[in-house]
Amino acid sequence: MRNFLLRYLIPRLGQYFMVIFLGVTLTFIIPRLSPNDPVERQINQMTMSGAHVNPEAVMHLREALTEMYGLRGSPFQQYLAYWGRLLRGDLGPSLSTFPTPVMDLIAGALPWTIGLLLTAVLISWFVGNLFGALASYYPDNPLMRLIDVASQAVRPIPYYVMALVMLILFAYIVPIFPFSGAYPVGTRVQLTPQFILTVLKHSALPALSLVVIGMGSWFIGMKSLTSNIISEDYVVYAENAGLSERKILFSYIIRNALLPQITGLALQLGLIFNGALIMEVVFGYPGMGMLTLQAVMANDYSLIMGIAIFSIIGVATSVLILDLIYPLFDPRVRHQ
Amino acid sequence: MWKVTRDLFKYDGRFRIATVFLLAVLILAILSAVSPYDPGKTFKVPQDLPPSWGHPFGTSSRGQDVFWWMTFAVRNSLFLGLVTAAVSRLIAIFVGLTAGYRGGLVDRVLMSINDSFVVMPVLPILILLSFLLRGQLSLLMLAFIMGLFGWPWDARLIRAQVLSLKERAFTRTAVYSGTGSLKITLDEHLPFVLPVVFATTVNNMLWSIGMEVTLSVLGLSNVTLATIGTTIFWANQHQALVAGVWWWLAAPVIIAIILFLGLYLLFSSVNEYIDPRTRLRLIGG
Repeated sequence: MRNFLLRYLIPRLGQYFMVIFLGVTLTFIIPRLSPNDPVERQINQMTMSGAHVNPEAVMHLREALTEMYGLRGSPFQQYLAYWGRLLRGDLGPSLSTFPTPVMDLIAGALPWTIGLLLTAVLISWFVGNLFGALASYYPDNPLMRLIDVASQAVRPIPYYVMALVMLILFAYIVPIFPFSGAYPVGTRVQLTPQFILTVLKHSALPALSLVVIGMGSWFIGMKSLTSNIISEDYVVYAENAGLSERKILFSYIIRNALLPQITGLALQLGLIFNGALIMEVVFGYPGMGMLTLQAVMANDYSLIMGIAIFSIIGVATSVLILDLIYPLFDPRVRHQ
Repeated sequence: MWKVTRDLFKYDGRFRIATVFLLAVLILAILSAVSPYDPGKTFKVPQDLPPSWGHPFGTSSRGQDVFWWMTFAVRNSLFLGLVTAAVSRLIAIFVGLTAGYRGGLVDRVLMSINDSFVVMPVLPILILLSFLLRGQLSLLMLAFIMGLFGWPWDARLIRAQVLSLKERAFTRTAVYSGTGSLKITLDEHLPFVLPVVFATTVNNMLWSIGMEVTLSVLGLSNVTLATIGTTIFWANQHQALVAGVWWWLAAPVIIAIILFLGLYLLFSSVNEYIDPRTRLRLIGG
């Protein structure tokens, strides 16, 4: 047990804090390297909107903004204060919907993203891996060949372009799915069966496109992993011993190729998250991606900052959770 | 080099398709040199004309010929991809070679930074960056910044290669005959690593061009410059689909798909070629 802690858990936790440390430090440094002063920019934006502002008020505003952006004191003091505010969960007020805290806006958007992402990632991971194994076990099956070609074709295309194509195909040319949003405009968010059904209907196309794109890389990965395994001695032995194909496929082939795919999931999570952000923009889905778009449109610096920090922490935490459940699948880690 | 290309062309269907696709895109990019229109100028041709012989991809609501605009867009996107790849390759080669050859503490520190970059969602950080620099971000600078984020996957691959090269007899011979570590890594190890570097270059271009599309669609890059991403941005801005100007959106989407498929097929074909086992299987060995 002690060995497990020292060899497995501690390095993972160390990596987790390293990611967060690097990410937060990057978000601290980047605005300070930028030639634009965010305070002046904000003031310009406010005074440009036409209203007459007296110089004294501008002075006050400058003070308040400098305080809010944590630009007081030496860079090191600023850096410490920055961490202090983060640890208290304070990301400051949003500028476009002042004074709603950025934290509240993110809390409103996050469940949508998590819901969509979790479903899509799980489905694409399971289906992709299953089909990948089937494709290398039954290499002559025409359906598997079709999926193989389709995966290779879909995989390199950027999320945005792919989502756009799917949107045009299934909401514009063949209108099976609603055009955008997670529910019709004007509906109140509530937990009735009816509302949940509309949300499911609206989420189907975004989820489907995430699955289609995500599935490809799991399919290809699993196929190449298992193509080595099917010629291993123990598989040949199991075949000669007359075990059922199902048993061989699941307990001998897939089981032995599963671990790298779980590690792969942890490593790809950041990329998948990026993709989900774009997906939401294309489909007008009210999650973190849409929030980002709104923040960019409204020039809301503090909101973008909050989203960047929160995304890093969120993705790092999901990777940590995956790492922590990994020993359940890997007997070598468990019995060290 | 020539022989390898010829063999790949002969035995690998994917390589053939990749060559055709990439050549098509390349020709399009080269045509930008003879464009009769300046991509910076708007309202040079009638608006919203569907594709015809005079305007193969139609014209846009901004009064630009979509075909000639796309020649610039493809050229700029390719340029961005190449610069990003070059910058991130330099970092990846440096980190990979050093971490692999030095080992020990250097390796552990470099790899833990590396793994943090692998896990980190780059998009929100790039959004923050380009948001702060909006309007001042030139294509070259964007490429440079993306290069700073695009190296970690490949550094790991290179490191893994060097780890095995380090144990080979020739490395030991070099060490015992007094060759310095810089000379060993550059003269002895780098040539072995270069095929992997080439394969990952292509993959990295896929990543960076795709990322540029994303940033442009959000309006975060320099939208006055023609790229595949900004074409989609302008088409969205003028609601091309709603207005029925579908060719304005179709042109960048189709060209992007051809470019990405071409690059990906090239990547996977070269990647397999590097792995001798699959090479044997290809020629039926």
